[in-house]
Amino acid sequence: MKKLLVLVLTLALVMSLAACGKKDEDKKDNCNETTPAVEKTDFTKSEGVMTYAQYDAANVDEPVTVETFVQDKQSWWDNKATIYTQDNEGAYFIYEMQCSEEDYAKLVKGQKIRVKGFKADFQGEKEIADATFEILDGNYIAPATDVTSLLGTDELVKYQNRYAEFKGMTIAASKDADGNDAAFLYKWNGSGQDGDDLYFNVELNGNVYTFTVESYLCGKDTDVYKAVKELKVGDKVDLTGYLYWYDTVNPHIISVTAAK
Amino acid sequence: MLRKIRNMEKIYLALIVFCMLLTGCHGSKGSGTFEIPQDFDQNEKIEITFWAKNDTNVTQSRIYEKAAADFNKLYPNVKVNIRLYTDYGKIYNDVITNISTNTTPNVCITYPDHIATYLTGKETVVKLDELMRDEKYGLKGSELKFDGPAMDEIVPEFLNECRIGDSFYALPFMRSTEACYINKTYVEAMGYEIPDILTWDYIWEVSEAATKKDGDGNFLVNGQKTMIPFIYKSTDNMMISMLKQKDAGYSDENGNILIFNDTTKEILRTVAEHAASYAFSTFKISSYPGNFLNAGQCLFAIDSTAGASWMGSHAPLSDISEDKIVDFETVVRPIPQFDPAHPMMISQGPSVCIFNKQDPQVVLASWLFAQFLLTNETQIAYSQTEGYIPVTTKAGESLEYRDYLAGCGSDNDLHYDVKIKAAEMLMANKENTFVTPVFNGSASLRDAAGQMIENTAKAVRRKQTADDKFFDTMFDDMVSLYHLDQINTGNVSGDLGPLPGPAVALIAALIAAWVVIIGINLKDIIKKRKAENNT
Repeated sequence: MKKLLVLVLTLALVMSLAACGKKDEDKKDNCNETTPAVEKTDFTKSEGVMTYAQYDAANVDEPVTVETFVQDKQSWWDNKATIYTQDNEGAYFIYEMQCSEEDYAKLVKGQKIRVKGFKADFQGEKEIADATFEILDGNYIAPATDVTSLLGTDELVKYQNRYAEFKGMTIAASKDADGNDAAFLYKWNGSGQDGDDLYFNVELNGNVYTFTVESYLCGKDTDVYKAVKELKVGDKVDLTGYLYWYDTVNPHIISVTAAK
Repeated sequence: MLRKIRNMEKIYLALIVFCMLLTGCHGSKGSGTFEIPQDFDQNEKIEITFWAKNDTNVTQSRIYEKAAADFNKLYPNVKVNIRLYTDYGKIYNDVITNISTNTTPNVCITYPDHIATYLTGKETVVKLDELMRDEKYGLKGSELKFDGPAMDEIVPEFLNECRIGDSFYALPFMRSTEACYINKTYVEAMGYEIPDILTWDYIWEVSEAATKKDGDGNFLVNGQKTMIPFIYKSTDNMMISMLKQKDAGYSDENGNILIFNDTTKEILRTVAEHAASYAFSTFKISSYPGNFLNAGQCLFAIDSTAGASWMGSHAPLSDISEDKIVDFETVVRPIPQFDPAHPMMISQGPSVCIFNKQDPQVVLASWLFAQFLLTNETQIAYSQTEGYIPVTTKAGESLEYRDYLAGCGSDNDLHYDVKIKAAEMLMANKENTFVTPVFNGSASLRDAAGQMIENTAKAVRRKQTADDKFFDTMFDDMVSLYHLDQINTGNVSGDLGPLPGPAVALIAALIAAWVVIIGINLKDIIKKRKAENNT
């Protein structure tokens, strides 16, 4: 009886602590740190499921059904999950999909899921909104696609939301609020604080692109967040991340290393 | 970039508030009733935390920082630490979370709706009535080290918005309303003149006309593939304003929910009609109205006057790349009206409240800083950052502020014409502004009001039918989702009554468990002692 009570109360305490710490833990879990599902690649589409080409051709507001694989999780709140997914044909950003906290834990990296929702477009970012999902048997972790040579071309948008890599990029100056050169900004215009999204410019062949460390995906305790804060203008870097779109290409970066 | 604030906070907050209603605040231990100290102790080292909200605007952040630094020069024993937010919802969320642990900030930017929820914790937010009247430290008090406003120098309408029940719980800090930012060039090219006061009929008619395309699928009005003629940023304000203009039910002072009525259905039918034709959309569905306006992809963008610096071809702030901005003339009008002879628009903008603490000196320091935010220097500087207006006549009628207004259009930065015209539009309509009744749960009702427009617009875009059955179901869903049937009517700050059954059961179970544990341990100790005595 005594042991049981102690056990119950201890468990309750542990669960409370775990719950309180969830948000930061999630941020750490992201950036490719979630435990991958057991490998079992199966790209077969069930009946009624769209190919990526069909999904891509669908108009905004049309119902869509895809089978895809979780690559990263951005956030969970109030039974809604926002995740990055991809199959062998293309990538799908799922925005605020209905998802219990229990199911969110099952969305490990590589996990196959069937998603039903509606195609949406938010400032150029194609996504699946108001979606529901079910977990399927299967696993796939997408390799990073090198899109460096596609930067600045119309071809790039075809790779929207994919896990991508960018090689040999040079950190270019951003202008902070005082008009001074800075290697990165808190929020897009420098109006934020530590813990907010980081924005930084990278240059390739004379063109400048804005990359982001999305703080819900990779919080301030993650390696990539810390690494970006250490960047200097002129540094040569390789980066990986998800090919997010906001008006133009705006990748959500999950790793940055010195260029090889 | 900024979309993460789209949805998550509101529903989450509704849940937290619901939980507070059920449990957290019954008999919660506060910091005791605050009594104004005889004197402010300037030898006591005090640190206060100020949770401030800015509009993703660095200048605003700096004004807060300067105010904190200037205050510290006057009161060297008081250090003000600033935590910056860009979203009222996030502040609300964090305050609620911190009430239970008694770690609220000292001074906080807020909305009266939110204060009504904070007040479910006893003595959480300090009543300001006595402080305001205090001879030494009150408004224009004899011991103040700064030239703050007297009570009658705060715009009465704005001050009254901070009254909850019979007491003041906040000071107004800045005021704004919503404005309709119009691409005049395109509207006139379509053959329409822009009236001084827009009507809803006019907006819908022009918006529908702007959906016409050529044979290649390009919109005739702009020659582009994208055109959303009318975008409303805050759909909760849209519903609230339309209901107010129609003198229809929304809620009352006692917290009675009146929104689920035939006029609401009529409004939603209109929304459905124009969302289905893609003449109308919302921020949550499409993105920021200003982005589309500046790209020549929107004719009527309704957003806060506090967002005026983002509106127009020459706006000093922009969220889209320069190559996408097209050149057009922007005009500013009040939001559309049902009765142009009696325009009505919402009053919004930040207020500032102070939280109770055990040390009355800390509370007094918080009060002094809150007042300091109403000095001319802070008021004028902050109001110039956006289409805000100062909340004091002292600042609003000052030479410095009048000079600022007179410089309208002389540059595209401080004197950006759209921004100043937005502020002037509010000044000209102060008496036409309104606020909604404040009670514990009014913030949730506001969310539900907007969500009904969002749901209706999405539904018809997805080829669902928005008929009476759809609306009735949605009404039920809103009541359930936002717990509108759980709102305690009648008294915003009083006792919430007996604990609900589940809370009582939980507390009883916890007490029982601890009694058993202590009992077992005592038994062990007695056994041990007996054994020791026997050996």
